[in-house]
Amino acid sequence: MARVWVDTELCNGCKLCIKKCPYGAVELRDGKAFILDTCTACGSCIEVCKFKAILSDIEPRKIPDFSDRKGVWVFAEQREGIISRVSLELLSKARELAAELNEEVSAILLGYNVSDLIDILIEHGADNVFVAEHELLKDYSTIPYTNVIEGLINQYKPNIFLLGATHIGRDLAPRISRRIGAGLTADCTELSIDPEERLLLQTRPAFGGNVMATIVSRYSRPQMATVRPGVMELKKERSSKGEVIRYEVSLNKQDMGCKILERVKEEKKGVDLTDAKCIVAGGRGVGDKEGFKKIEELAQLLGAEVAGTRVAVEEGWIGTDRQVGQTGQSVRPELYIACGISGAIQHRAGIMNARYIVAINTDPRAPIFQVADWGIVGDLHEVIPEMIQQLKERKASGGELDA
Amino acid sequence: MKIVVLVKQVPDTTEVKIDPKTGTLIREGVKSIINPDDLHAIEAALTIKERIGGKITAISMGPPQAIDAISETLGMGVDEGILLTDRAFAGADTWATSFTLGKAIEKLEGYDLVICGRQAIDGDTAQIGPQVADHLGIPQVTYVFDIEEINKERIRVKRRLEDGYEVVEAQLPALITVIGELNVPRYPHMAFLLDACRERAPIKVWNAADLEVKIQQVGLEGSMTHVIKTFAPKTERQGEILQGDPKEVISSLLHRLRDKRLI
Repeated sequence: MARVWVDTELCNGCKLCIKKCPYGAVELRDGKAFILDTCTACGSCIEVCKFKAILSDIEPRKIPDFSDRKGVWVFAEQREGIISRVSLELLSKARELAAELNEEVSAILLGYNVSDLIDILIEHGADNVFVAEHELLKDYSTIPYTNVIEGLINQYKPNIFLLGATHIGRDLAPRISRRIGAGLTADCTELSIDPEERLLLQTRPAFGGNVMATIVSRYSRPQMATVRPGVMELKKERSSKGEVIRYEVSLNKQDMGCKILERVKEEKKGVDLTDAKCIVAGGRGVGDKEGFKKIEELAQLLGAEVAGTRVAVEEGWIGTDRQVGQTGQSVRPELYIACGISGAIQHRAGIMNARYIVAINTDPRAPIFQVADWGIVGDLHEVIPEMIQQLKERKASGGELDA
Repeated sequence: MKIVVLVKQVPDTTEVKIDPKTGTLIREGVKSIINPDDLHAIEAALTIKERIGGKITAISMGPPQAIDAISETLGMGVDEGILLTDRAFAGADTWATSFTLGKAIEKLEGYDLVICGRQAIDGDTAQIGPQVADHLGIPQVTYVFDIEEINKERIRVKRRLEDGYEVVEAQLPALITVIGELNVPRYPHMAFLLDACRERAPIKVWNAADLEVKIQQVGLEGSMTHVIKTFAPKTERQGEILQGDPKEVISSLLHRLRDKRLI
């Protein structure tokens, strides 16, 4: 096990390493840096130390040869013959990445009688569409989908593989990653190519705290990442190539592992928040279900959708389908009004793409103010009724109130 | 029925505060809790045991203090706990973590059902369940919100989808990941908790040698992904705090919103 230690002669206690350590594993003892047991030997502190006071016996890990790995793949998720929007968003992103790498974009389409979807994928930028059709692939099922994609990856050796972080994608991606021995980063909010190492830079909120982390998969291929719906921009850009590659599969009912007995569609209670132009959201500060009525009233006046944080959902103040954040939906409205939301990073991650953010919170230290365009330090139970009042007055006086 | 529950101890991130001067996380006073989704996994195991009998083993990988999480599961009624702790396990990504957990499950004297929470609040990856299932080579059902039937051979559950649900039947052994909708976790029992803190409590502690794994296979070294940079989220916002008389503050906010044609 690699170890890290401090040469106390050289250390001047500048604390740079303490700031840099992603694991909080360095502290100051007697004016010198001290490495705690929680150290993972990641080497961040060694790089940042100006006095070369941090030493280690970390041996550089060998990077395998990946020169035969080519292509940016996107899983074309379909349900009942409809391609999910996130797959098209990912094709747009894949084009950008592939252009940088001078590689091609491929879409991976599994299903039964899905050939009419091929053109949509080409229209959105797929240079190649790999199609695997089989009765047992008609609807998503973990094991057959994993087996087929494992075969495709082993045969065609992609460099990057992107999947939507939907209920299907989040079921499938980790299973594939484990099967083929590839690293996987969930729910990335940014993807780009490192100009030097030509690695996929995968950025996501991390450590349950207030930081973003950029993650790389240096030791395995393909570099796998999932991205939540609504995070990447959809740009329709047709591929000039558009080749279709049919992939033969043989599957047995016995290999399924699970049997889907019934599939029930439920009426969507709310709209898709990802398309909302204006959202009024409440968090812990709203206090109770009653408090959410005021939020709803304000939303109605503004022609906005109502949303909530994880806490609001867990407390039962609002339905799961209206949760915004890392666990809920990612949104990109013109206006987002955050009421009584402290702004944990998981929530902020879901609203990063909002054009304007208003924050109302009693605590001036709440992180939400750091991402807000306008903030009001005050009790939402007073602020919101006043807002409602003023909006109503203006409406009554004939002022415009267009949503 | 031999049931394994995978549990993670996490910092309670719901009360995150940021130091306005330095922009860093205020860590003091952030307590450790059992990951909320995992409490539902434990409750599911206890309910199954009450229905058809069996033995429940809770497994957690973490630093030595994660033993508190194990004790809490015993307090809720879990039969035995195993803590996987070793400095070599530190810094693991989900790939290395699922490998370590998978090895621990394989070391048990058989298992019929593995239950995990959907995801942990400190990482939100939801990867461990499916990765462990693939390591073990067993079927998985994720996002379970109802367990309809379970017997020695199979389990029938409802799996949540974005636009509805599926009724799925899986052959045992299988792994399921559960969401909060499934149940309401019980509180630990005081007498059980006291028992769990006794020296002879049924808690085992396993390290890398116990699992017969190589150090290159676990922790940071066994990981496929690595963090190369951490940074505070960039803010390109105006960040204007409106102050003064509440009425005026709100009126000036509404004025600004109208200016931008937002309302």
